[in-house]
Amino acid sequence: MAVTGIAARAPRRTPSLLDLLYRPEVRQVLFQIILIIALAALFWMIISNTAANLRRQNIASGFGFWNTTAGFDISQTLIPYTNTSTYGRVFWVGLTNTLLVASIGIVFATMVGFIMGIARLSTNWLIARLATVYVETIRNIPLLLQLFVWYFAVLKTLPPPRQSLELVGGAVLNLRGLYLPEPLPQPGFQIPLAVLALGVLASIAIAVWAKRRQRLTGAQFHTGLAALVLIVVLPAAAYFLAGAPLEFDYPTLRGFNYTGGIVVLPEFLALVLGLVIYTGAFIAEIVRAGIQGVPKGQKEAASAIGLSTGQTLRLVVIPQAMRIIIPPLTSNYLNLIKNSSLAVAIAYPDLVSVFAGTVLNQTGQAVEVILITMLVYLSLSLFTSLLMNWFNARMALVER
Amino acid sequence: MAVQQDLATGAGLAVASAPMPPPRSEVGVIGWLRHNLFSSWSNGLLTVVALYLIWKLIDGILSWGIIHAVWSGEDGSACRVEGSGACWVFIKAKIGQFIYGRYPEGERWRVNLVFILACAGLVPLMVPRIPGKAWSAVYTFFIFPVIAFWLLTGSASGPGAGPIDLMGLCLAIVATVAFALSRSSSARVPPQTLRLAGGVCLVLAYPLLVRWLLSTSGLVDLRPVATELWGGLLVTLVVASVGITGSFPVGVALALGRRSRMPFVRWASVGFIEFVRGVPLITVLFMASVMLPLFLPAGVSFDKLLRALVGVALFAGAYMAETIRGGLQAIPRGQFEAAQALGLSYAQRMGLIILPQALKLVIPGIVNSFVGLFKDTSLVLIIGLFDVLGIVQLNLTDAKWFANSTAMTGYVFAALVFWVFCFGMSRYSQMIERRLAAGDRR
Repeated sequence: MAVTGIAARAPRRTPSLLDLLYRPEVRQVLFQIILIIALAALFWMIISNTAANLRRQNIASGFGFWNTTAGFDISQTLIPYTNTSTYGRVFWVGLTNTLLVASIGIVFATMVGFIMGIARLSTNWLIARLATVYVETIRNIPLLLQLFVWYFAVLKTLPPPRQSLELVGGAVLNLRGLYLPEPLPQPGFQIPLAVLALGVLASIAIAVWAKRRQRLTGAQFHTGLAALVLIVVLPAAAYFLAGAPLEFDYPTLRGFNYTGGIVVLPEFLALVLGLVIYTGAFIAEIVRAGIQGVPKGQKEAASAIGLSTGQTLRLVVIPQAMRIIIPPLTSNYLNLIKNSSLAVAIAYPDLVSVFAGTVLNQTGQAVEVILITMLVYLSLSLFTSLLMNWFNARMALVER
Repeated sequence: MAVQQDLATGAGLAVASAPMPPPRSEVGVIGWLRHNLFSSWSNGLLTVVALYLIWKLIDGILSWGIIHAVWSGEDGSACRVEGSGACWVFIKAKIGQFIYGRYPEGERWRVNLVFILACAGLVPLMVPRIPGKAWSAVYTFFIFPVIAFWLLTGSASGPGAGPIDLMGLCLAIVATVAFALSRSSSARVPPQTLRLAGGVCLVLAYPLLVRWLLSTSGLVDLRPVATELWGGLLVTLVVASVGITGSFPVGVALALGRRSRMPFVRWASVGFIEFVRGVPLITVLFMASVMLPLFLPAGVSFDKLLRALVGVALFAGAYMAETIRGGLQAIPRGQFEAAQALGLSYAQRMGLIILPQALKLVIPGIVNSFVGLFKDTSLVLIIGLFDVLGIVQLNLTDAKWFANSTAMTGYVFAALVFWVFCFGMSRYSQMIERRLAAGDRR
């Protein structure tokens, strides 16, 4: 009865166009059509305006500039480059410089981050506090400011070459950069190298064999000791037996400057120091959270079955902590790669500095240059994510 | 029982009934030292190394920053003396520039007033004990920005801009009509839709109307100050606060777009987020400063500061979107379905049910994005705006103050400014997090 009452009260209306608007499916389609039209209009406006502006300002478009002579010098080149090289060459020089600083930065930032992250969890109160001060100070100061400190306030106030600071092992530090002794292999150096290569291969083989044997019989093998002998002791012995066939080219003061050795530019040094210390603080927090994320019961169970502290860490805690650590670690690696573009502020010749800076200013082709630069960083990010996703998949918990 | 009987038969009943005090070496200062610093040989060694490090650090900071520091003087000559520490007199001489940039000295009271008005809005909003949050929010997000814009630029004075005033007037008329229609029952469109439209129009119209009123009445005549003259802390705070308030709605919209059931909306959001997150902020700022003028029709030009603001807000918005998406994914499906079953519209479902829960979950992430954005404001110096770091860097080239320690002094000052804001933000978020978690912790 109640049902008929309601039905009676609700008057039947013929559905109108406005009612159609209240249907979710209709609305969704309409909304998307509006969005597509708006975006298309935006892009069309941008493209037509850009074309008109470029025509008006007489700026060439297209990639013709790629093969034009650049005509400027670059302070650090990993591939052959002179000022008669092309803009295309400049791009590759900048890209290799970016890759160099990013890869060195990633390696050292990971080391600093893991050491500091573990130090924050140290049972030693002072060490834990020191690590906390490091993390809380560095994380809250902009990277650009830290780069300026390293470059302008530290490395650029070093003494000139004549009063250089002498470091251990014949290295020299002064206003012009860090001078390291350069190893020069002499004839006969191939022998210890070959022994080293063989030692690495043999160690891998032994590791595989030992693992299989342990799985089958439970008997353990001193893989680490064997590897130490094969990789360190034997090549060292071969090196000295062959008569130490390695000489060093030490940097020496000639006139007003040092010659010889490997020169590390102060710009490079400042960028690596800044990136490593800044990113290290973030990685330290990730490592700490990862280790704390492993349930306490896991550690207790490990010690209950008689594993030593080292074994507990190596076999139980770290593999589980890695699952928590890897995804945020990836995004920090990506940040480091992107942050290396701050090189432009301290004149380290990276991709943004020489390509999106100097080349853009000389050619005026902002659209092409910025687009290429963005594409490079996009693909670098994509590549690193893929690599880390693969690593993550290997480390992830295998469930049924 | 057995133990007690044993003890009772033994000689020392009186002694045993009260528990023995722990050994001297296990409690108090000595016990703490033993446990936390010298629990083993290696630990003791670490402690000694740490003590040495701390001594070196404190000694270095004290002798550089206080004992050998230069506190007075007319120029950098005192700082050029061999062995002198921090050149604090440089900061003292330049502090006006570091806070206001090249803002005309006679007009700096306007900046001070904006700082005071901002505090007047933020303090009641942020301290949980002060009541009247709704009114503080209205003041901070609607009234204050308009006043601050007018005070800082002084653009309300001077000749009126006809079309903008007309637009404000039209919007106000539309808002009035919408509100009037929502009262009458005969309208085909539901009243809440009309009220929403009226509200949006009113919010848009109000700053334009205020501008019009101020310019026509001529009551207060402020000298216009071009944004090229702004600098120092003023620019840092303007970029950071506009970036934060701008990136939040952008982030929410992109996060909802990425979770949308409409394929095109989803693709557009994913494309934007992934593109922006894949490139460095510098390239986005370069794009805003070099390419944006090319995108606009001839004759139309944007203010440089405004371009940087748009770039920063969009960049931070993409990061914000990913943080918020994490929160949205953590909300159980049942919440969406229950909201749908109650017959709530999409806006109501999201605004009343999903977002409040999701945002609460990701407060730490959101504040992390804010801190990151605050630090990123220093990058605007690369496109020629002078924030705190930029103005310090600019003043370091002043030959009058040239000395070995000037650079470090300036950077330490800038670092302190950034550190105070960033550390404060993260501590504040931890407090809020604890307050919001109070309900879950019984």
